[in-house]
Amino acid sequence: MSGPLQGLVSPDHLVVAPILLPMLAAAAMLLMRADRFRLQAVVAVFSTGLGLLLSVLLLLQVNAGGPDGTPAVYLAGNWKAPFGISLVADRLSAFMLVLAHGVALGALVFSTARWQRVGVHFHPLFQLQVMGLAGAFLTGDLFNLFVFFEILLAASYGLLLHGSGGARVQAGMHYIALNLAASSLFLIGSALVYGSTGTLNMADLAQRIPNLLPGDAALARTGAALLAVTFLTKAAAWPLNFWLVRTYSAATPPSAALFAVMTKVGLYTLLRLGTLCFPGADGNLALVAMGLATIAFGVIGLLASQRLAYLAGYALMVSSGTVLSAIGLEKPGLTGAALYYLASSTLGASAFLMLTDIVERWRNGGAVTAGFQQSREAPFLGRDLKPLQDLGLDEEQEQPTGKTVPTATALVGLAFAMCALVLAGLPPLSGFTAKVALLTSLLNPQGMGGGVTDVSINAGVLAHPNTPGVTGWIFAVLLVGTGFACLLGFSRAGIRNFWAAQGRGVPRLRVVECLPIGVLLAGCLALTVWGGPVLAYFEDTARALQKPRVYIQAVMQTRAVPSAAGAPGGAP
Amino acid sequence: MEAILAIAIGVVASTGVWLMLRGRTFQVVIGLALLSYAVNLFIFATGRLSVDREPVLLGPLGATLQHYDDPLPQALVLTAIVIGFAMTALLLVVTMALRGLAGNDHVDGIHAPPGPRDDVPPAPPRHLPGDGT
Repeated sequence: MSGPLQGLVSPDHLVVAPILLPMLAAAAMLLMRADRFRLQAVVAVFSTGLGLLLSVLLLLQVNAGGPDGTPAVYLAGNWKAPFGISLVADRLSAFMLVLAHGVALGALVFSTARWQRVGVHFHPLFQLQVMGLAGAFLTGDLFNLFVFFEILLAASYGLLLHGSGGARVQAGMHYIALNLAASSLFLIGSALVYGSTGTLNMADLAQRIPNLLPGDAALARTGAALLAVTFLTKAAAWPLNFWLVRTYSAATPPSAALFAVMTKVGLYTLLRLGTLCFPGADGNLALVAMGLATIAFGVIGLLASQRLAYLAGYALMVSSGTVLSAIGLEKPGLTGAALYYLASSTLGASAFLMLTDIVERWRNGGAVTAGFQQSREAPFLGRDLKPLQDLGLDEEQEQPTGKTVPTATALVGLAFAMCALVLAGLPPLSGFTAKVALLTSLLNPQGMGGGVTDVSINAGVLAHPNTPGVTGWIFAVLLVGTGFACLLGFSRAGIRNFWAAQGRGVPRLRVVECLPIGVLLAGCLALTVWGGPVLAYFEDTARALQKPRVYIQAVMQTRAVPSAAGAPGGAP
Repeated sequence: MEAILAIAIGVVASTGVWLMLRGRTFQVVIGLALLSYAVNLFIFATGRLSVDREPVLLGPLGATLQHYDDPLPQALVLTAIVIGFAMTALLLVVTMALRGLAGNDHVDGIHAPPGPRDDVPPAPPRHLPGDGT
């Protein structure tokens, strides 16, 4: 009894558990009848909740390994690296796992209120998407990364089309075609990398790439550029991001909330491969430029949006652009702050995407889909760009009477204000902490109270590595300007949806819908309250990323488990 | 041999890209399929072209591996083919759904782009001969 079971629950398997758990849950759900939503929901919440618990355990385990962190390595086929596929959980992977599972659990609970019923197989698809996300964060193999990308994409196609309808099918058509083309680029890129280096294991790649012959090195760099284009498409970087807003606003709200994590997969892989396999690559300036352009595009879109879901999409784009620029500027402190910003903005955007659903339904008098979703009209302006009835601020208003604001309305408004604060980066919530951290490490890398001394100013060394440089200054200006523009966009939406709303009842709130939004926003609050330790974790993460040696050694030195004599299925 | 394969991959890939940029869904689907064929051939070629070499190591090994072919690209291409095939099938289903919902087979669900999209009246469902409706 003790032998095989003991092996089954050994802590080594913790690394592979976040992938296996949703896979088994999805398989089990496929055996149930498609209309047994309640049972499926129970299994799904259990699986994702357990996944969140395991991810937190993994994070604690990795964090216990000191500031460098000792990545936990799992040899999936029991072949020593570089043969076979290795799964690696380092500080970055563990953090992304926790973030993805947290958002997924929130979206899942939210979906049980109504959205799981608008089509079949919502829960299995959702679990498969979680599996793809977990796999993409954990894998240490380039081709395996492709496979997990396809798993999460295939599931996301299904989730996007969940509920059907013209808008979703059309957005889905564009989204699938675009991602198929991007996957082709991924394959070409990884084939070029394999053809020039002879390996697909990321740690092994990192060892071999510096020692390549010039001809092979050029091929490998070309491959890296093609891979980067794929990841930039996923991360919604500027010329490759026109799909995002339409797709996310067409998807059902819980799916869209999960998709908010999907753009982060692109950022994660860029950070991972950029620091591990192609350090000091030529593309950093391009990365910064694309990041800045993404921020600018997102801000313009944000100011032009009338629909709440569009607002959320553009806010996500701004967040992608910010992280992208910070990664490209390549300073350890900045990368750490960018990771903090990523956590905060993802939680805020997911909460906002779910809140959007409640507000829209409130405005449409309980109808799931608004009238404007069938027609092509904007919600507040008519075709001649005049405000629709009852929504213009200039119209004659009712005389204010001493009516109290109902609690439900106040709660929804409070949640909206919190989302706006997080996404715009205003105090007191985590968005502000993130922006302060970004600006501090950009302008003053030595940290508060140190750094800019009279000596460095007197020396007049403008090109000193500690000064932000031209791109850094543009980034700083955009970062501050973005906050202002976000505030404008969000307050306009808030005025229209909450203050100027007349003749509207009280929103009907359900606990299962409010709880996830509240918990995600509480996560932002927790990020603020425990800002110090969290930021320290991210700074250690960024420093560990700059020292790929530890990662490489951990992967290459992990030994295969010796097969027990006579055990069935032992390694050859 | 290398030149022929390179030209073939180039022709298939460029045909695929051209078709992918067209406005009708069927052309896009075929374009993506052609692109994935080109990619598969390309992956196959990264294992270097060779004739009469075994991909799998069988029996006693020689002193060097020069009589064997690299088996890994073949495994990779198999995975890529399967995934690409499944995704194309899914895209076809979505294409047909869009055809049914929009009444035409333009990728944007409109017939032609004559002006701002809001001015285009919704196209009436078109019944093709042999549609069964």
